[in-house]
Amino acid sequence: MTVAADPGADPGVDPKSELISGRGSVGDVVFRGLAVIAATLIMVALAAVFIFLGIEGIPGFSVDEQHYAGQGSFLGLVVPLLFATMYAAVLALIVAVPFSVAIALFISHYAPRRIATPVAYVIDLLAAVPSVVFGLWGAVVLGPYLVPTHAWLSENMAWLPFFDGQPSGNGRTLFTAAIVLAVMILPIITSICREVFAQTPRLHEEAALALGATRWEMVRYAVFPYARSGMVSAVMLGLGRALGETMAIAMIVSPKVLISLFIIGTNNPQTIAAHIAQGYKESTPDRLSVLIATGLVLFAFTFLVNALARWIVARGRAK
Amino acid sequence: MTNTEPSLNEPQLSHATLPRGAQWLVGVAAVALGGLALVLGVGIVGAAVIALLGFLIGYPLWALLVENRRSATDKLVTGLVWTAFAVAVIPLIWLVYTVVSRGAATLSPEFLTYSMRSVTGDEQGGLYHALIGTLIVTGIAAVISIPIGIMTAIYLIEYGKGNRLAKTITFLVDVMTGIPSIVAGLFAFALFTLLVGPGTRFGFGGGIALSLLMIPTVVRSTEEMLKLVPDDLREAAYALGVPKWRTITKMVLPTAIGGIVTGVVLSISRVIGETAPLLVASGFNPNLNTSAFDDSPMMTVPVFIYTQLSEATAKGVEYAWGGALVLFILVMVLNLIARIVGTIFAPKTGR
Repeated sequence: MTVAADPGADPGVDPKSELISGRGSVGDVVFRGLAVIAATLIMVALAAVFIFLGIEGIPGFSVDEQHYAGQGSFLGLVVPLLFATMYAAVLALIVAVPFSVAIALFISHYAPRRIATPVAYVIDLLAAVPSVVFGLWGAVVLGPYLVPTHAWLSENMAWLPFFDGQPSGNGRTLFTAAIVLAVMILPIITSICREVFAQTPRLHEEAALALGATRWEMVRYAVFPYARSGMVSAVMLGLGRALGETMAIAMIVSPKVLISLFIIGTNNPQTIAAHIAQGYKESTPDRLSVLIATGLVLFAFTFLVNALARWIVARGRAK
Repeated sequence: MTNTEPSLNEPQLSHATLPRGAQWLVGVAAVALGGLALVLGVGIVGAAVIALLGFLIGYPLWALLVENRRSATDKLVTGLVWTAFAVAVIPLIWLVYTVVSRGAATLSPEFLTYSMRSVTGDEQGGLYHALIGTLIVTGIAAVISIPIGIMTAIYLIEYGKGNRLAKTITFLVDVMTGIPSIVAGLFAFALFTLLVGPGTRFGFGGGIALSLLMIPTVVRSTEEMLKLVPDDLREAAYALGVPKWRTITKMVLPTAIGGIVTGVVLSISRVIGETAPLLVASGFNPNLNTSAFDDSPMMTVPVFIYTQLSEATAKGVEYAWGGALVLFILVMVLNLIARIVGTIFAPKTGR
């Protein structure tokens, strides 16, 4: 997206100026110094994140038991929260991944170019919508709209543990939140998948077609094997995004700290991020350090997921 | 081949195919099926689902009967891919439609110029204070992040080139990208709790939290752009005896400026809608607060939406939609600017 400047064009400097005299070296030292300082600042900032969260958060691992939202101990609080965080993210992935892969395929291999470009742009636009707007839409519009779906699921699908129980009357459930979360992570997965699909060597595809493969067989035997590691990392990055997402869950779900697979009732498992967002107003220092400690756990967990994603990409590239 | 009957010992080189435009035929039949369901009183969504299923089952089935299984699978997948696309567009259109239609009902000059200072009951309030807060907090984040981000990218591309510091920084930027936004808010909160005093929530804290989220995106996009600058340009400058820093500021940066500006504007549009970190680090305040460094909370548009929704009153929900529309417009305008800048400075050659 840059101007590929003509090497023959005016390079933008006047050779007679003082620029090429020895004085340039002072500027060089200063400029290089600035760049190094900026780069080092990133290191300092990240170290500061760990240090300050640590100072404020570590006491939260062992404060008086009344501060753990009725759960007795830090583990008693963080395990259900971590479960819910993971659970909501996985539910969102289950919805989002098939759609993302299909849309990526649609853009890269199925749609006519005239449609593909605007579709890609629209999907990117979806990524730009702020999460608070998604949360508002989920809570006020989508939730009430899905109430009949909730009732239907609890009547007909109760043999699954997810739907076994009294359905919520206002749709502000983990079920709704997972759908909204899925819409939110769809763009990131789609755009990465789209890029890796488009990188499939043209010759592989044409060879498959020349052998008489149908378009689906071409996708399955030429595109997917080539894109596998990229797809896995796209899913992991989507997972990372879903784990840290706060507002959609905090605004839609009526939460409780519990471990439960049931997703359409009035009490829903509470995620770490939503727990922090809803509890931040409580001003007792002990309670705040508990919240910061759960934040540390969330950070560590998303870091692991992202590191795994990068490792998979690196391994795929090495092959 | 002239003989229509293939003999047994000759391999069969062609097989029957569906007539041209078969998909349209099945499509019309499926729509008719949906129409029938609608007449029978299934409801518009149910009818659409039935029409869709009719197409997804009917078309491959026909292919299976006339052609073969491979062709049927192909047609099924094609149908599914188109369906996935159509289904995924629904929430987007729905979302945009509700935000615009419900937000437009709230949007008024009063809404944009009043704060929520001592607003009770049906009195007119607005998000002026939140709008100013968002501009200040995002401005602080931009002022911190843009120089640091661009200089870091310059270090990584122009100076570092794979040395140990550069590798470490690349890794750390990756880690930073993965920081959950609420953790960034907690960090700013923890930092100022220790530096200023417990429970400190103010605009500058929000700016720090946002810059933590913004720096990695600025570094990433600038890096990509600097990588695209051809080495010939740098070498030409060095050959003329131009010092390195002048080469960077006078040749490399001007060449890449379009892409860098696009990346920066997009990263601003990302952080302007962040809610969670501001909720924790900037707090909320019904009054106008124009000082980012005063020890008093500063309202922002996303937090305004969140708090208005939690009021759980009809008026609150209305204001939340108004806020959502304002935020939506801000983000879209920033995206538009990024796109225009990107097009103006787009490479004149290449694909």
